[in-house]
Amino acid sequence: MSNFLRLLARNKLALGGLIVMGIVIFFALITPLLPLADPNVTNTADRFQPVFSEGALLGTDHLGRDLLSRLMWGTRLSLAVGFAAAIIAATIGAAIGIIAGYYGGRTDNIIMRGVDMLMAFPYILLALAIVAALGPGLLNALIAVAAVNIPFFARNIRGITVGIANKEFVDAARLAGKSDASIILSEVLPNVIPVIVIAMSTTIGWMILETAGLSFLGLGSQPPVADLGSMLGEARSALITNPHTSIVPGMMILIIVMAINLLGDGVRDALDPRLKSGALSRPMPATRVDRKGPIPEAEGDDLLALRGLETQFHVKDRVYKAVGGVDLNVRPGECLGLIGESGSGKSVTALSVMGLVASPPGVITGGAVYFEGEDLVGAPYSKLRRMRGKRVAYIFQDPLATLHPLYTIGDQLIEAVSCHRPIGKSEGRAHAVELLRQVRIPNAEKRVDSYPHELSGGMRQRVGIAMALANDPEVIIADEPTTALDVTVQAQVLTLLDDLRREKGLAILFITHDFGVVAQLCDRVAVMYAGRIVEQGPTDAILNAPAHPYTSKLMACVPELGEGRRRLEAIPGLPPVVDKLPDGCAFADRCHVATDACRRGEIPLDPLSDKRRVRCIHPVSDPATEAAQ
Amino acid sequence: MAGYILKRLLSAIPVLIGISVIVFLIMAMIPGDPATAILGSYATPENVAALNEDLGLDEPLVTRYFIWLSNMVQGDFGRSFALNRPVLDEVLERFGATLVLAGTAFVLCSVFGIAAGVISAANQYGFGDKAITFVVLLGISIPSFFLGMMMILIFAVNLRWFPVSGMWPIFGDRTIWVLLDHLAMPAIALAVVATGVVARLSRSAMLEVLRQDFIRTARAKGVRENSVIWRHALRAAMVSIIPVLGIQAGFVLSGAVYIEMVFQWPGVGRMLVDAILRRDILLVQGGVVFIAACYVLFNIAVDVAQSLLDPRIKT
Repeated sequence: MSNFLRLLARNKLALGGLIVMGIVIFFALITPLLPLADPNVTNTADRFQPVFSEGALLGTDHLGRDLLSRLMWGTRLSLAVGFAAAIIAATIGAAIGIIAGYYGGRTDNIIMRGVDMLMAFPYILLALAIVAALGPGLLNALIAVAAVNIPFFARNIRGITVGIANKEFVDAARLAGKSDASIILSEVLPNVIPVIVIAMSTTIGWMILETAGLSFLGLGSQPPVADLGSMLGEARSALITNPHTSIVPGMMILIIVMAINLLGDGVRDALDPRLKSGALSRPMPATRVDRKGPIPEAEGDDLLALRGLETQFHVKDRVYKAVGGVDLNVRPGECLGLIGESGSGKSVTALSVMGLVASPPGVITGGAVYFEGEDLVGAPYSKLRRMRGKRVAYIFQDPLATLHPLYTIGDQLIEAVSCHRPIGKSEGRAHAVELLRQVRIPNAEKRVDSYPHELSGGMRQRVGIAMALANDPEVIIADEPTTALDVTVQAQVLTLLDDLRREKGLAILFITHDFGVVAQLCDRVAVMYAGRIVEQGPTDAILNAPAHPYTSKLMACVPELGEGRRRLEAIPGLPPVVDKLPDGCAFADRCHVATDACRRGEIPLDPLSDKRRVRCIHPVSDPATEAAQ
Repeated sequence: MAGYILKRLLSAIPVLIGISVIVFLIMAMIPGDPATAILGSYATPENVAALNEDLGLDEPLVTRYFIWLSNMVQGDFGRSFALNRPVLDEVLERFGATLVLAGTAFVLCSVFGIAAGVISAANQYGFGDKAITFVVLLGISIPSFFLGMMMILIFAVNLRWFPVSGMWPIFGDRTIWVLLDHLAMPAIALAVVATGVVARLSRSAMLEVLRQDFIRTARAKGVRENSVIWRHALRAAMVSIIPVLGIQAGFVLSGAVYIEMVFQWPGVGRMLVDAILRRDILLVQGGVVFIAACYVLFNIAVDVAQSLLDPRIKT
């Protein structure tokens, strides 16, 4: 509760609303004690006195009644009616909702049908019908407004109650022989009350507005007593000649409703966990770049080269170093595997290349990405956009989520081309069919008009690959494209990628956590742990003789089909959280050969032989020393 | 598709019956003898006897309901004694004016609400977002009748841009331009609150969608940012925006009553208020059932639109 209040207080607008509402309620409460003129005493000699006139601060109305006094009494009445309507609606609605949700079955069915019927009415229409039956009057308006809001509460509270009624503590109370009534009162109600309060805080503004509306129409409070709505209604005839009589009550309604809405929004935001975690912030078109320190030079003539790339996530005051200085390179026709556990930073590394890391919270804080010798980090968005999909294309995991659900795959394939060069309708379609054939989708002419949900997982993954191939890119970055697939489909997709690489001379950066996949496809492999490369070299060499303890443990986790002589191992412990990386080797705490030296200072990625590098001071088997012996 | 529409239309029948039951029950709450209540000052013993005969008011409640229902199904909504004409004629005549007003307001709130929501989401926490959020907050907090009055004061009385009230001038031709001139202020005043609600929801729906994987895919393909927002994200967000548009349609349809009072618009809402104050019960009863039925049918149209937009809905 205090936590909630603190969150609410942090929201300045909500606090403002709370203060304004507090002041309004305070004055409404003390109105009878104030030395005000009688709100209902008419004095036609002094009608339509302007604002700030002698003896009448806000002037007088068409019957010469003091506007300030009428405003205060009217506010008091409007607030009272609004709050009363909210309490009545909440009480009856919650009772209906709890009964429906607690008993379930047929009771629930019948009640909720009725509620649905009531909700089929346009809101104000139902209130009008009720007032028509009961006759105009403030009490009847109150009943009408409360009645039309009951379904809203009933439906909300029912939803919550259904959840609670199936909880263990309710079952326990039932087994203990408690009656339904006492379970509802002692177990269900306390859990429902916060929801009722929140629902009230978001609807009370509406209810004040609606009762004011009915009074404005002449169906609510009757003369001489006036709430804010009927003050406005009476003033309407003098709108043009004496606008202040309208503006005074109108502004008051506006202030009250606005304050309540601000407060209600604040309450809702304070209770929404997604807002706290920043999960409702919009990612920008390209990752934010905030490089500190020198930018590493390009070396060699690689097609794509990452140099000291650093990508972080800034969430509130925490910094998660997802990628902590990564060097990678690929040449045309080459496939580089990037392997590591979930959360090792391999996907973030891949997304950083084209600035696709969601930002906020992602920030590229250092290093460079050279494509044909040109640094892409910090390149203007327009340049990045022209390269995305055209020269560097991505294949993502889980194609059900990564394809747009509401466009046909043909449209999505054509778009991949048309956003880089104009393409005619029939030409585009032919191209899309051709792409689907390339990835060996049977019946491509028909499939091109399918929606993603109409295809199987393997087919969707092929569509993802076809989309990446649409513009004949030079580099393909494949982020676990086979993880969601079963083994036979996985093998087919891998063969397909391998063929395409040979046919078209593609450079592939292949991200996976599966050594089997690496062995099948990759020329070289880089092993990633806690945001850094710990070992890098030719696939055969690393698979035969892993040098880093982490690599060897990771390989020991892979079951071998048919052999079964080796013990299947799990790596003890968990990877470190990347906002609190330890000094020295990040793997030291899980490593069986770690010494004190491992936990001190920076451990470099040292060459092991001319093609291999490892970031370890106790490599498992040292090929260099072996060769020397 | 035709099958789906038919299915939805059939499913509306129990809802329409439910609505008629609710209206009938509300009207049955009127204290005293129904015939006297309906006839009011026209209640001579002969009139009362005739009406009792016509509407079966001497029968039990259930029988009365079925008499009323079967009359309505045959197009007989009863007779307004104050206006001395059939209820349905009056309602249909007035409903046209309301439809013009509410329809325009609905288009305005959909277009501007969605546009504001999308722009707000696309510039989250930027100046545009903050400005729109503030205006939206103001919009959903201001009573539409007060807004309408202020608009009359400023734009009709002081600036003389628009006529003060009414749907047509008393003298002169009834052209579409004259209508638009009269329609502008009431339609905007009616649309403001609904626009705010639609904008708020569109903003949050867009923010939800913009974080999804297929948006990243679109960006990875090199789709222009404008197209990412307006084509990819908005299309997906529409799936959750459209049901809210359905609710807002009900809101402008019934909220029109305030605007019709302020701007002297000859619509069905003003007719209802006048009828309530006159205790013209059959007119109220018929008008409420008619508007509610129209709203149910409109919601079916919304469902159909939804199914056209989302291929995942089985039709």
